[in-house]
Amino acid sequence: MTSAVLVLEDGQVYSGQSYGATGSAFGEAVFATGMTGYQETITDPSYCGQVVVQTAPHIGNTGWNDEDDESAQIWVSGYVVRDPARRVSNWRSTKSLDEALTAQNVVGISGIDTRALTRHLREQGAMRVGIFSGDLASEPIETLLAKVREVPEMSGASFSQTVSTKSAYVVPAVGEKKFQVAALDLGIKSMTPTLMAQRGIEVHVMPADTSIEDFLAAGPDGVFLSNGPGDPATASHAIEIVKAALSVKRPLFGICFGNQILGRALGFGTYKLRYGHRGINQPVMDRTTGKVEVTAHNHGFAVDAPIDRESPTEFGTVRVSHVCLNDDVVEGLECLDVPAFSVQYHPEAAAGPHDSAYLFDRFVQLMESVR
Amino acid sequence: MPRREDIKSVMVIGSGPIVIGQACEFDYSGTQACRVLKAEGLRVILVNSNPATIMTDPEFADATYIEPITPEIVASIIERERPDALLPTLGGQTALNTAMSLHANGVLEKFNVELIGANVDAIERGENREIFRTIVEEIGGESAKSFVCHSMQDCLEGVKELGYPVVVRPSFTMGGAGSGIAYNEEDLHRIAGLGLQASPTTEVLLEESIIGWKEYELELMRDHHDNVVVICSIENVDPMGVHTGDSITIAPAMTLTDREYQRLRDIGIDIIRAVGVDTGGCNIQFAVNPEDGRIIVIEMNPRVSRSSALASKATGFPIAKIAARLAIGYTLDEIPNDITKETPASFEPTLDYVVVKVPRFAFEKFPNADQTLTTTMKSVGEAMAIGRNFTESLQKALRSIEKKEAIFDWATEPAHIDVADLLERMKVPHDGRLNLVQQALWAGSSIETVFQATKIDPWFLDQIVLLCEVAREVAAAPALDREVLFNAKQHGFSDKQIAAIRKTTEAEIRSLRHNLDLRPVFKTVDTCAAEFAATTPYHYSSYDQETEVAPRENPAVIILGSGPNRIGQGIEFDYSCVHASLTLRERGFDTIMVNCNPETVSTDYDTSSRLYFEPLTLEDVLEVIHAETLAGPVVGVITQLGGQTPLGLAQGLQDAGITILGTSPAAIELAEERGAFGKVLAEAGLPAPKHGMATSFEEAKVIADDISYPVLVRPSYVLGGRGMEIVYDESMLSDYLLRATEIDPERPVLVDRFLDDAIEIDVDALYDGTELYLGGVMEHIEEAGIHSGDSACALPPFTLGAAEVARIRKSTEAIAKGVGVRGLLNVQYALHGDTLYVLEANPRASRTVPFVSKATGIPLAKAAARIAVGDTIAQLRSTGFLRPVGDGGDAPQGCPISVKEAVLPFGRFMGVDTVLGPEMKSTGEVMGIDSDFGTAFAKSQLAAYRDGLPTSGTVFVSVANRDKRTMLFPVMRLADLGFRILATKGTSEILSRHGIKSDVVRKQFEGRGEDGTPTTVDAIMAGDVDLVVNTPYGTGARRDGYEIRTAAVLTGTASITTVQGLAAAVQGIESLRRGPLAVKSIQEHVAELNKLLADNNE
Repeated sequence: MTSAVLVLEDGQVYSGQSYGATGSAFGEAVFATGMTGYQETITDPSYCGQVVVQTAPHIGNTGWNDEDDESAQIWVSGYVVRDPARRVSNWRSTKSLDEALTAQNVVGISGIDTRALTRHLREQGAMRVGIFSGDLASEPIETLLAKVREVPEMSGASFSQTVSTKSAYVVPAVGEKKFQVAALDLGIKSMTPTLMAQRGIEVHVMPADTSIEDFLAAGPDGVFLSNGPGDPATASHAIEIVKAALSVKRPLFGICFGNQILGRALGFGTYKLRYGHRGINQPVMDRTTGKVEVTAHNHGFAVDAPIDRESPTEFGTVRVSHVCLNDDVVEGLECLDVPAFSVQYHPEAAAGPHDSAYLFDRFVQLMESVR
Repeated sequence: MPRREDIKSVMVIGSGPIVIGQACEFDYSGTQACRVLKAEGLRVILVNSNPATIMTDPEFADATYIEPITPEIVASIIERERPDALLPTLGGQTALNTAMSLHANGVLEKFNVELIGANVDAIERGENREIFRTIVEEIGGESAKSFVCHSMQDCLEGVKELGYPVVVRPSFTMGGAGSGIAYNEEDLHRIAGLGLQASPTTEVLLEESIIGWKEYELELMRDHHDNVVVICSIENVDPMGVHTGDSITIAPAMTLTDREYQRLRDIGIDIIRAVGVDTGGCNIQFAVNPEDGRIIVIEMNPRVSRSSALASKATGFPIAKIAARLAIGYTLDEIPNDITKETPASFEPTLDYVVVKVPRFAFEKFPNADQTLTTTMKSVGEAMAIGRNFTESLQKALRSIEKKEAIFDWATEPAHIDVADLLERMKVPHDGRLNLVQQALWAGSSIETVFQATKIDPWFLDQIVLLCEVAREVAAAPALDREVLFNAKQHGFSDKQIAAIRKTTEAEIRSLRHNLDLRPVFKTVDTCAAEFAATTPYHYSSYDQETEVAPRENPAVIILGSGPNRIGQGIEFDYSCVHASLTLRERGFDTIMVNCNPETVSTDYDTSSRLYFEPLTLEDVLEVIHAETLAGPVVGVITQLGGQTPLGLAQGLQDAGITILGTSPAAIELAEERGAFGKVLAEAGLPAPKHGMATSFEEAKVIADDISYPVLVRPSYVLGGRGMEIVYDESMLSDYLLRATEIDPERPVLVDRFLDDAIEIDVDALYDGTELYLGGVMEHIEEAGIHSGDSACALPPFTLGAAEVARIRKSTEAIAKGVGVRGLLNVQYALHGDTLYVLEANPRASRTVPFVSKATGIPLAKAAARIAVGDTIAQLRSTGFLRPVGDGGDAPQGCPISVKEAVLPFGRFMGVDTVLGPEMKSTGEVMGIDSDFGTAFAKSQLAAYRDGLPTSGTVFVSVANRDKRTMLFPVMRLADLGFRILATKGTSEILSRHGIKSDVVRKQFEGRGEDGTPTTVDAIMAGDVDLVVNTPYGTGARRDGYEIRTAAVLTGTASITTVQGLAAAVQGIESLRRGPLAVKSIQEHVAELNKLLADNNE
């Protein structure tokens, strides 16, 4: 094992061993607290541009399989773990996580006190980071730190073009086709169309730069805004698409980045959380039922909407439908006058609990109600 | 939804005595519940027969009934107290079964008591295997194929479908009692036969074998608004086939992908909803086929369980506490997370560390027991360890268990290891199997080979290979540099293990390590993997980068706990440690608890100012002290309350310059070392039984002849009565030396005069250097020679007068002074003729401290802690902490009497003789309090055994010759009371000479008579006997008695093995026949006692 170093933009340095590919990796350092689902996590396009720190110490125990990818590739720009598995144990596994990282040239680091790093990020906020292994690891820290500080900040970053599909594709409905929905791919996870398809929806996954006309044409029954990386303030095209959909009262459902885009289309602001929500244990209250669901989160930005009252907007009255019970962050929006709603978290789970799968049923009901 | 306003008072039922499968984890959960309910302003009524619990301390409930947990007794408490609600889910299977009976017999309805925390239907659905299977099927899950059987015929039919091996599980028993795996028809007859008997519904389940599958457990909670969260996932290192209580387990699950984990979670949530656990916790067990991931639901417990205690400690999420609040109407999102304060309890804890639990067995106490691990739980305790990775946690857990042989060994040359033998032996699960695995891997076995033999997941096996690699690196390093040492420490190697590999001393390694400035850091258990700041200092050590111990200004006292429960060192010691912590916090100190037992109240993060979940070894404790010394002022360490474990560390700590509070290590040595203690006694003019030390059989023979038989023999190098026996003649002595121990100059054997027919007396006292305060004087019911932990005793003494007590006070004072006690002292005396012999003195908290405190109302352990920090008895008297005049030796006229009875685990260890002796075998104790001895004794029997003493029916009597005289009066009395007497021929003849009519039964070796006269064993097995009186013979004829006693255990028949016990039982039976038992709360008991004392002193 060769040595590696992790350098934060504030000058903190953590030494460890090289993991995955050798070289350098840069991005925004964020921590994820899920104890399972590393394969889903690192193939989630929302992590594009980020270096993920896993708080669970043992990573890679169940290896890598052919079924659990959430997209065609690993998207994290770097990966930080404490105790990578030396041996894989799972009947579905086809290779090790180490092999997958190396094959896709993802630079990681192991042997880090990930708890110390997490506490630092919690107190100081998410920040830019570099991982350096191989020959780079022995370069002077000042040189490495300078490289880290050259990386663009997450605020103002746009990754939609990077992660989006280049050409449209269709995920057929399972069984009888009941609806046709256009899904704007801003970094969509594969579980999302899968869950829609299970409910009789034929999903047309469209590139992020699809024109408003083409997009609305592809989704006669409803439109969907996916999750994805980056600062929602940069997503002006997607916001225009949403405004168009709201104007024609096309049923709309958004997840994560999609929630932020709906928020902005409705005239709310978005802001960057100090260190974000990234885990699969987050309590969210569905204010419609008063029930708590345990949910999967992966967001560094949030919608700035009042949670204690309804808000008038260009598209009618809007209310905050879901709230994170840990910190009162807006976790969902519901339009009362147009058929649109969104959540900030991940009802498609993968990784994470299935408590919120009912939201896909709500989308189906919404489409039925306007027929 | 806030708390329900219609509930003003709640009854909580505890779990009774500590038994295998139901231990002090229920004191932890019950104590939490009582605290929460009281804090909510509710009147709490508690029932628990176990005096050694914290929950039965008078301040934890408004009315505490230390009474037998039987439906009848609980009904009379309900009638008296009229609670609005009954919370039955925190006292294990005992509480749940009692609540079900109270429902079934209409008591709850009659007195309008609402069952909260679980409803009857949900309990029924969760516990009835057939209904549960249907539920699992309905929600789309799968159960193992099985048949419900109500007779042996059913079983034989069922097995035709399932084939062997087949799992047998009786319904409604705790800890899997009576279950097992049958490999053939003979096994089936044996296991299912017993299972049908053990089940209150005469029902067993035969199940397809899924032995070798991966085993998982989920802990779930649900509120009445249908919010469900999973608190913890637990993976068993030992695959299916070993009871989860006997398995090495790990949290969180290590070898599941998210998809598989979420599938378990979905099934778990569907089950808790379908079963209808309205509020509270439940645990669900799963088996997963490692070949294809097929999931089978094993079972659920619709209540707080042993696993929930473990899960609470593992995650920092207090399941019992939350369950209590949910039961009175709150929802999860209304309850704050204790640790973060900012976030709600409606989330799922996430761990950034690894927790390993290792069971502790006591087979050394039961050499004839079947040591194979099966689906019947056999362990008596457990230790838990927390580390940043599996290897660190595993090694910490293995040293926490305090068994030398449990610690991985790398000293043996791989070439000297017989791998084939190891591979064969590891096929059968047993205590220490993981050590065989480690040795085989160390010797070069492949993971695949070991997996084939054990089915332990290859990921775990690889972790052990990793340990072997690290050991090799440590061995091969030219010099131990920082890198090699740090790596070894990160994988949990102790200084001692490293020293063994490097062939040097532990001290050498420690000093090298400290010179390299290599010390552990202390991380925090925070429920959220550092996402939010933690306010609760619940720490564990790890070799990592950053430490989280906060600076502190207040002076701190460090209290060392007692480690895993074992026979001889159990909950009683945790009780004393908790008391010390509570009282020293009140006294203005910060208290710092160090312990590794997840079942206890001491390891509740609420108990002390700071909690360190650490092994109780010198190295680990020194590091905690070092970290706390850096954090702020440390006054010293209390080692005298947690039993032998912390006491054994005292000298080492003092040598390292640490202040030991209370009795000094030198004083401890003075009491423990025979020669030195002999001098103390001689100076005080106190007699001790004659004794000697032998290094060969010849020497032993000479000493024994000199002392004269019977003599008490024991190895000198073990503690706690281990290997101790009474021998009656030379042939037994020779047999003992050949069979039970080694004897050579290195390992001498102690030979003591055995005081036949002496009265044994146990004393707990406080001494501050000037004044002695007698806590209580207990008179054993059985004669001297039976370990004090196993014998029943009464307080105040039931046959000793004030003059004897005065003598005892004087002797105790002389010993306390001579030894130099500062705090608690326990002395055992034997009154033989008119001589008061000193048997032994222990300058520490004893097993009887909680019992004495409950009986007398004197907070002994708290007072000891106060004395340890410098308070005097005079000060404690003046502040009202102790009584201003007199002490616990005072027994005014009309004083109520308390009886303690031991509870023995023979039902778990088939084939073990039930005779009591000098080696302790009991796991727990109960207490009976009433106005006279007979009634108090009867209560203690009712609390200890399912049916207590019979009030009519048939008594079988067979006693040793030496007991025949003493037996006559009690047996005559039983005959007068209308009991039918059965006796063997010899005993019957003697009885008839005294006009006692008896029917003759045949001895076992005689076989059944030609006319069909049954043997004793036949009669017992047929259920024709209600009480067995069988005293063991000194020599010979032992076999017959053994079979009688075993039959009594098998059938659950009340059994008495001493004549003193018989006399007490007759008194008990008489009081039972006088009418129903009255109940009284401990608060009333103490008030009454204090009034009597006040009147007496006027």
